[in-house]
Amino acid sequence: MKESGGGVVRWAGLGVAVVATAVVALFVGPADLPPAAVWRGLTGDADPTVTAIVRDLRLPRVLLAFLVGGTLAACGAVLQALVRNPLADPYLLGLSGGAGLGAVLAIALGLGGAWSVPLVALLGAVIAVIIVYRLAIVAGNVLDTRVLLLAGVVVGAFGIALMGAVMALSPAAEIRNTLLWILGSFSGASWQSVSVFGVYAVAPLGVLFLLNRSIDLLSLGEEPAQFLGADVEALKRLLYGMASALTAASVAVSGIIGFVGLVVPHGIRLAWGHTHRTLLPAAFLLGGVLMVLADAVARSAFAPLELPVGVVTALIGVPAFLFLVRRWTS
Amino acid sequence: MDQLIFAAERATYRFAGHDRDVLRAVDFTARESELVALVGPNGSGKTTLLRLLLGALRPTAGSVRILGRPAAEWNRRALARLAGVVVQREEPAFPLSVHEAVRMGRYAHLGSLGAFRAADHDAVRRALARCDVEPLANRWVGTLSGGEWQRVRVARALAQEPRALVLDEPTANLDIRHEMEVFELVAELVHSDGLAAVVVSHHVNLAARYADRIVVLEAGEVRAAGRPVDVLTKDVLEQVFDWPVDVLAWRGVPQFIPLKRSDQP
Repeated sequence: MKESGGGVVRWAGLGVAVVATAVVALFVGPADLPPAAVWRGLTGDADPTVTAIVRDLRLPRVLLAFLVGGTLAACGAVLQALVRNPLADPYLLGLSGGAGLGAVLAIALGLGGAWSVPLVALLGAVIAVIIVYRLAIVAGNVLDTRVLLLAGVVVGAFGIALMGAVMALSPAAEIRNTLLWILGSFSGASWQSVSVFGVYAVAPLGVLFLLNRSIDLLSLGEEPAQFLGADVEALKRLLYGMASALTAASVAVSGIIGFVGLVVPHGIRLAWGHTHRTLLPAAFLLGGVLMVLADAVARSAFAPLELPVGVVTALIGVPAFLFLVRRWTS
Repeated sequence: MDQLIFAAERATYRFAGHDRDVLRAVDFTARESELVALVGPNGSGKTTLLRLLLGALRPTAGSVRILGRPAAEWNRRALARLAGVVVQREEPAFPLSVHEAVRMGRYAHLGSLGAFRAADHDAVRRALARCDVEPLANRWVGTLSGGEWQRVRVARALAQEPRALVLDEPTANLDIRHEMEVFELVAELVHSDGLAAVVVSHHVNLAARYADRIVVLEAGEVRAAGRPVDVLTKDVLEQVFDWPVDVLAWRGVPQFIPLKRSDQP
């Protein structure tokens, strides 16, 4: 009924947006390649340098930006249902700060390579969630969502401050570029980082989608959700765990990028309603589109200099956040 | 034979860290085709008893069983297919349409991929019709009146196709017509569809007229239980509500009138 009808146009629109932004992003970059050359690079019918730029730099970068953007947006949607507050996202709830601290610690201490960084980042995210949650439970068992967001912002800021300290003092040269970590960047994208991200993110994304009905119930409140069939405590733990894992994987490959998880689900909610069966996949696609565009702007606006992509998402996200705060509090 | 759904035996509950039982040795049953009303003053433990009956809290002593199995051992999905519950307060975090809200009653019936089948759509349609909320189907729940929202939540509980309904003050804040409509609907579901119903209500007079049995709670203990005519006596009511009353028989049903100070001798 309502679920299938009317949505076809919107899904088609999203599909077109995905393809269009991917194509545009592939054609943009510091190496001023004409479109024909990019196409030949893609098909492998160009000189080796061009082929390498297109296939090994731009293609994985666009793909990674899409996957991370989609993941952060889906995470934001889930966290909003979890805390029953439209202002939540991985950055505001402190998950990103915790994951970032875990990631830079892993690198600074030489705890293995690309594949193990997300695991330590996950540990950081989980610890951050637990601290935020503890801080937010005031007066017995009542979770105050306003305090939760406050705690999230504080814990996140503390994590980011410690990240800065670790990076400044670290002997590991590859993480000296503090700016790119703290404000996020896809400049390090490679096929390896795409694989790392894919391996760590696919299962949690699948779990989140399979739980879409339970997430609907949770947004009604814990008591109604329980009596409509959700095992609330187990569900909450699982969702926080999956959101932490996804944030950790994102931060490990691209640093801390805020606001995508906040803004994108709202766009979808306005146009599409709040049923997570459509909200989650639609937020994923739109989050991917937005991040690919933000990254294209980040690397071309002041080329050959590159902006951290988090600067671009914040330029969009902060005004949107203020708009949402006004709507929420009025 | 109408099956026994909820059975509490000497159920006792105390919140962790408190020094007083919220419920003490409470016996309670509800079976199919039976409307049981739970009355008592504020803080007498009514909502806590419902939570025990539904396995949301585990008794600190005594037992609570649903269909013979300890309530706290029930899996939430299975229980949601057995009992439809309307809790006292519920505020969705995001705007939902009435149709979406009632569809949530089916979630405990869906397979692991969460797809709606024909039977699920049918159950939603029947529930919307039964509670007379079809015309509201495309409204946002945030725009409904208190009475409409209550009917929608009862419809959602019916979409669960339950064998029992548990309603916590379903008519709080409703005007007389809507209040009567909720009681009429519940009575009909009990007497023609054979559901069990447990209804917490402050409206003792309505409970007396609709309920097959009344359980009166006072400070966590059952003060009286049985047919309205046996339970709602002047003694019991005056003691439990701590206010002088007169009890009249109206068509054989006890109805009580709280006395003004100037009414009293």
